[in-house]
Amino acid sequence: MSRRDLTLHLGLVAVLFLLHFILPAYHHGVLARIMVMAVYAIGYNIAFGYTGLLSLGHAMFFGAGLYGMGLAGLHYGVPAFPAFLIGTACGAALAFVVGLLALRTEGVSFMIVTLMFSQVAYLALLYFGAFTHGDDGFVVPDASRTLMGLSLSDEGTRYLVAWVLFSGALLGSLWLIRQPFGRVLIALRENEERARLLGYDTKRRKLAALVISGAVSAASGAAYAALFGYVGATFAGVQYSIFALLWVLLGGAGTVLGPFVGTLFMFYLIDLATGLTDAYMLIAGVALVGLTLFAPQGIVGELRRRFWKDLP
Amino acid sequence: MDFGPYLMLAMLEGAVLAAVLALMASGLSLVFGVMRVVNVAHGEFYMLGAVVAWAVTTLLGAGPVLNFVAALIVAPLVVGAMAAAADMVILKRLNYDPERTIVATIGLLYILQQLTLMTYGADARPVVAPFNERIALPWVEWGDKGLSFYFPWGLSTTSYKLFVIAAAVVLIAALKLFMAKTRAGLIMRATQGDREMATAFGVPVERVYALVFGGGAALAALAGVLIVPIQQAHYLMGGDALLLSFIVVIIGGLGSLSGTIVAAILIGLSDGIISVFFTPTLAKMIATLAVALVLVFRPQGLFGGTSR
Amino acid sequence: MTETSKKTPAGTVRGPSRRQALKTLAVGGTAAATLPLWARYAGAQTGEPIRIGFAKHATGIGASYGRWYDRVSQAAVKKINAEGGVNGRPLELVTEDDGTDPKRCAELMEKFANQSKCDLAFGTLFSHVVIGAAPRAAELKLPYFVVSEGHHVASGMLNRWTLQPGITDVKSQVKAMAPFVHDTLGKKVTMIFPDYAFGYDHRDNFTAAIKALGGDVVAQIAIPPTETSFTKYFPKIPRETEVIYHVMIGPGVLTFVKEMGEFFGPSRPEIFGFIDSLEAVNLSSPGLEFLEGTYFWEGMPRYLQPDAPGYVKAYRDAVGLDANGASVTDANDVSTAAHMFGCWETLHVIKAGMEACNYSGIADRQALIEAVEQMSDMPAGPDHPQGAKRFNGKTHQVFGPQYISKVEGGKLSVVHTASIEDTLYPDEVDYTKMSF
Repeated sequence: MSRRDLTLHLGLVAVLFLLHFILPAYHHGVLARIMVMAVYAIGYNIAFGYTGLLSLGHAMFFGAGLYGMGLAGLHYGVPAFPAFLIGTACGAALAFVVGLLALRTEGVSFMIVTLMFSQVAYLALLYFGAFTHGDDGFVVPDASRTLMGLSLSDEGTRYLVAWVLFSGALLGSLWLIRQPFGRVLIALRENEERARLLGYDTKRRKLAALVISGAVSAASGAAYAALFGYVGATFAGVQYSIFALLWVLLGGAGTVLGPFVGTLFMFYLIDLATGLTDAYMLIAGVALVGLTLFAPQGIVGELRRRFWKDLP
Repeated sequence: MDFGPYLMLAMLEGAVLAAVLALMASGLSLVFGVMRVVNVAHGEFYMLGAVVAWAVTTLLGAGPVLNFVAALIVAPLVVGAMAAAADMVILKRLNYDPERTIVATIGLLYILQQLTLMTYGADARPVVAPFNERIALPWVEWGDKGLSFYFPWGLSTTSYKLFVIAAAVVLIAALKLFMAKTRAGLIMRATQGDREMATAFGVPVERVYALVFGGGAALAALAGVLIVPIQQAHYLMGGDALLLSFIVVIIGGLGSLSGTIVAAILIGLSDGIISVFFTPTLAKMIATLAVALVLVFRPQGLFGGTSR
Repeated sequence: MTETSKKTPAGTVRGPSRRQALKTLAVGGTAAATLPLWARYAGAQTGEPIRIGFAKHATGIGASYGRWYDRVSQAAVKKINAEGGVNGRPLELVTEDDGTDPKRCAELMEKFANQSKCDLAFGTLFSHVVIGAAPRAAELKLPYFVVSEGHHVASGMLNRWTLQPGITDVKSQVKAMAPFVHDTLGKKVTMIFPDYAFGYDHRDNFTAAIKALGGDVVAQIAIPPTETSFTKYFPKIPRETEVIYHVMIGPGVLTFVKEMGEFFGPSRPEIFGFIDSLEAVNLSSPGLEFLEGTYFWEGMPRYLQPDAPGYVKAYRDAVGLDANGASVTDANDVSTAAHMFGCWETLHVIKAGMEACNYSGIADRQALIEAVEQMSDMPAGPDHPQGAKRFNGKTHQVFGPQYISKVEGGKLSVVHTASIEDTLYPDEVDYTKMSF
């Protein structure tokens, strides 16, 4: 790992920590949420950006974390941290099962199969409404929103917990792709056939990547439930799968910083657009089309192409 | 209601769905078959068909039949032209790269949906059917005196629903003839077979692609026009229709037109029949899971041969 | 200086707890020392507008409702301001689209509290949006006045900062319908409802109420909210059914009612529906002729009734409703009359609450909640055109009359008014015992 890379990413982590003290209240709250959602995007990026698995079903992993955490708290009174771990484990387990099946396909079929599994998961949330509270969702009990005696609903605690989680995910993903395992993933994305010929068990590595990706996405979902206190089926809908794709593409697929940059950019774009037009999803649509046309590498990807050749 | 009449009613409803689905999915299948493009915005073309039908009937105000005929002509043309333009402006410049086109059509989906919301609005608006008589259907029963006819409570359909089924059959037959017998159809099939070879033989591939993309959208729009007197036009109506069409195209074998049609009938009818036995949400879960597993274990679809 | 005062209100909430968090996370005293010391909020200037953050369903599945909620709220604010505002200060709506999405609505709570400096938040219909936003409102200590008709407030699921003082909840509505259905229409009921929480509220409460009266629900048919064709569900209606009770919501509603007519043809049972099945839909739409002679629950009559009091006419004029309950500028733009009055009444409750606690600024938010909790009977009149109300401060839920209308000549005429007493049920929560 080059010193320059490390400085850059540690720098971002440090800046985000400093922002805790100087941001005005609104942006402080927004940034906490963005960091949590950016973890979701980081998870998605491991599958899509680094391994080349275009999934349209990642909302089910986010949802697994959200519901795993929330339901453990609601029905069994599990405290925040164990519940967070349960949520993350749920996402990893789900990703393992889905991966076993879906990784038999590739390309367009993989995309559609993940979309459908995700749809089944969404419908299951509605169908088992007696347990999951269906489309209404539920409010996570305060007892499960307390960490080391601190209430996670407190603005300051929330920000710092989100910061810790985000920093872990960001530096973790940087570390991961610098490992031999990470390099094989990139090789899979670039040319799976060649990786196979070189003797790598491509299927197992893809499965491992999907499980990591699912677990990170679920960690984001579990953190969302713990920090923001609401669990609902909309988060497991198709739209949230598309959001992950959008954020990663916008920021730059296959870059470590891309998911954060994309999430940040998209949030403020929509936040500003709601002031201008009711149809703010129009902006998302235009952004998607514009990106594929003019900046297929995303913001960070373009920076890398132009200025910083070996940016991870 | 007795089981027999109930099943018949469910199948009739299923047949209407199958008809509309077959039209819409053949558009999706055509685009995938020829261009290898997964068009996620296909559901929005269906929605636009319905919305344009509403606009035409409202602006024209010439009586239900004339309005409807006008809508049947105008909506596919308008929507097809829009799609062809989208192909030339966006998809062509992406060089039809599979993943980038998916992302771009997701973007297109939002753009079309939100523009419709901004102009047409959020309400579901009705279009008057050109004709719509309720037709009570008889049922036979083996009683004491042998066979007897009677009209069970609730067993009925409408003349318009029968028309939708007939219209879809005619349109699809025409599409198959077009693909099999005409020069344009031959060119499309040639492009589908081997793009580079077709180029080498002087086929204007770019123009063929624009036409195919426009044509696929026009088929979806036609489905939208046919359904709107039954369902009303709404700016979010494309989503579920898209998912169903995907299922149909996959089950039928990606890119195979005949397979698509068989699958549409299968899915449409089973949707009706499954609802007889299961609660609807469970039925949707089972059906979706089944389709996903088909794709996992038999990627060429139930009816497809080897994947091309 | 202006910069500081802009940042202050949230700082008062956030400063100390951040410090506490830092201590525990052992980040270090140096960092803590750099914390800015926010000045206390100085209090608003007299005459400065009171800002009401309005979360509007402008896009998504609730958009038809959002449009009318917006119009009614604008009209109410105009009226209140014309009458001198609140303690001499005008009201100002800060409208944002929540996309009928719980996450976005929760974000709006932050925006209202911290960015646009709203005094309180207001709005939204769909239950999941309210449930998603309410925890954030409480954390931000932002009074959240919902106009949702969901039972989530009175069920005790939410918090001290969330109130529903302008519209009755579904539990009380449903309960009040049972006597009429049982006595007038029939005793064997088949229910058709959407397959999600809103439908289950109807299913559970109505079934219980009709059984208590000696009637019976012979079938319960749940239909997924995304369904677009309905005929295949109707054979599940048992032949012995005397009354059909229907409530559907979403873009498929017109199809639902139309196909029900086609299914039954000339031999239909009695039909009783919640107007939710046809909110924002023109009753003269093609295919709805068969509704003639059927009954609907209405939160407030859509059509101008012959005996309507002057204040109802004034309300309708202010909102811009014609005699058929459509927009005066477009007869096809039909209102959501049975729900939207709740915005009008809620804004008047806010005004009354603010006047009662002598509201002067954000520091009085808690006093506002306490003032509203003290309210009980509210007479019918220009502030409460739907009818007299009784607010239950413990459950944060209002109760009021319910109307049952019959379709006669393609219009809805009120045939029965259920009294407030018919709608009451035992308390399920006491929010006043909860801390702020």
